[in-house]
Amino acid sequence: MTPPSAEAATLGAAPAIERRPPSFALGPIAWLRANLFSSWLSTAVTLLLAYFLVSWTLSFLNWAVVNAIWDVPGTGQQVDTSACRAARGEGACWALIGEKYRFILFGLYPFDEQWRPALVVVIFVALYVISAMRRFWRKELALIWLAALTAIGVLMWGGVFGLPYVEQERWGGLVITLILATFGIAFAFPLSILVALGRRQTSMPAVKALCVVYIELIRGVPLISLLFMASVMFPLFLPEGMNIDKLLRAQIAIILFAAAYLAEVVRGGLQAIPKGQYEAADALGLTYWQKTGLIILPQALKISIPPLVNTFIGMFKDTSLVLIIGIYDLLNTAKTSIIEPAWQGFGVEAYLFVAAIYFVFCFAMSKYSQDLERELDKGRRR
Amino acid sequence: MAEVGELGKVQVRSAVQPDAKPMIELRKVNKWFGALHVLRDVSLTVRERERVVVCGPSGSGKSTMIRCINRLETHQEGQIIVDGIELTDDLRNIDAIRREVGMVFQSFNLFPHLTILENCTLAPIWVRKMPKKEAEELAMEFLTRVRIPEQAKKYPGQLSGGQQQRVAIARALCMRPKIMLFDEPTSALDPEMIKEVLDVMVELAESGMTMVVVTHEMGFARTVADRVVFMDRGEVVEVGPPKEFFGNPRSERLRTFLSQILGH
Repeated sequence: MTPPSAEAATLGAAPAIERRPPSFALGPIAWLRANLFSSWLSTAVTLLLAYFLVSWTLSFLNWAVVNAIWDVPGTGQQVDTSACRAARGEGACWALIGEKYRFILFGLYPFDEQWRPALVVVIFVALYVISAMRRFWRKELALIWLAALTAIGVLMWGGVFGLPYVEQERWGGLVITLILATFGIAFAFPLSILVALGRRQTSMPAVKALCVVYIELIRGVPLISLLFMASVMFPLFLPEGMNIDKLLRAQIAIILFAAAYLAEVVRGGLQAIPKGQYEAADALGLTYWQKTGLIILPQALKISIPPLVNTFIGMFKDTSLVLIIGIYDLLNTAKTSIIEPAWQGFGVEAYLFVAAIYFVFCFAMSKYSQDLERELDKGRRR
Repeated sequence: MAEVGELGKVQVRSAVQPDAKPMIELRKVNKWFGALHVLRDVSLTVRERERVVVCGPSGSGKSTMIRCINRLETHQEGQIIVDGIELTDDLRNIDAIRREVGMVFQSFNLFPHLTILENCTLAPIWVRKMPKKEAEELAMEFLTRVRIPEQAKKYPGQLSGGQQQRVAIARALCMRPKIMLFDEPTSALDPEMIKEVLDVMVELAESGMTMVVVTHEMGFARTVADRVVFMDRGEVVEVGPPKEFFGNPRSERLRTFLSQILGH
């Protein structure tokens, strides 16, 4: 009789015991060893990069905090920036921001009325927060938007409720950026969905052709040229005496531009939906708009969240291009704030300040989209 | 009811009345995909409460034929009359027919972003304008009939293939259709799940539903079919009650097909 092999011995015995993985595969030390110090080369690269990271961080902190100048004597025309000039290259001149932040944020809006654009910024942020929460996703949200936008219009223009009238040419800064981006997205997104749906209408060639021409024409030119057209050429076509204000024209150009890009993103999502979903909806007797609104778009838009948010973020920053047609958005006010001789040369500080503001908004969008994706995925994974 | 283990041995009693009216009539239907002639003079009448099983090799046009009945495909020649309404380009007719005809697909086609319950209540609420509460009660009734009421709050992706297909059947039944079409309902399923779906279909047959079933499950055909249709290369080659169809096939093509499908 042959002795039982190892294999035979385990067969039919008690079920294999569940064990923890060996200790070298778990814990932070194991992670470090596997990812940072797995060979002499990777150890060398890790140490080199760590050195650069630490030394760069230290020198930045030196410039931005330790040697920074937070205050300078004098104000307005009498300001004395010699301390800042002496520290050039050694320490940041944050005194610039202290002196100019009202101008950077609100532009030429009358100084005593600047609480109004400040309140508008707060309303905008509140609007974003409410719209971001899924439990507010119902019909009433449209009313909230309408109310908020009316309040924003009243606050910005004034002329009613004892608020002095402020003409649109004096608006500027963060409010302009938020207006252009918010209205841009709020109008471009629905428009893009219609265009994307239109482009897929094989049974309606005229509609399809119109959508294709729109997308290709708008995508084929730079945003700057559209803004120029809106600002310079468009008024030539208007009848004598009629005038649409410059901000509105820029706003329309941004909406049309963004919608063309978004339409292609949405179309990508639509194409990812299997034919069977359309057929199942048809077989149940749903109409075209029921099928589209209840079955196709919820799935297509969910798939499109990453590229959609990508485009939204791009759009948010593209609003800064309006500076070339003389609209004072956030970037333009920052650029203008260092135009006085006393403050010339402190561009890094001004641009870092607005970059931080842009970053907060863009990063919030990005973070929110990740959370939304995760939430919509909950319990639906195979 | 007939256990599937005995499928083909026990015959579900026919529910067709002698004077039953025709529910589906295909008269000399022709269809082309480009230059490819996929349906050739197909004529078939399905009467009320009748159960017709359609079989044939792949590419024989059986799926296309069944999909023409609710206009997922359009035919180019001939007439299709469903429940007294002729299928034309008139959208109102198409909508009217789709409300009365339920369909179950090979790949289930549940809506993945909706729960099982929402999948079932969607069409009754939006198409039949049923109050939400009533639609939910109806859905639970049918989910109980297909034996998965406990899954109502889950999403399709969390269910097995067999469970998904049973939900798809319940979803179609929630519209209270007069006719049910099945397009290879078990072809995408693992073998151990085929039985649970066929069980539900046998029960549905016993309840007197008018059914057209495209399938390769010959045991099912023997058990529930009033008539079995054999299609090949776009034509209806042979039609007959299961006993004659399997016991005494007349055409050479059907004999070859049966020997291939039953031989192994």
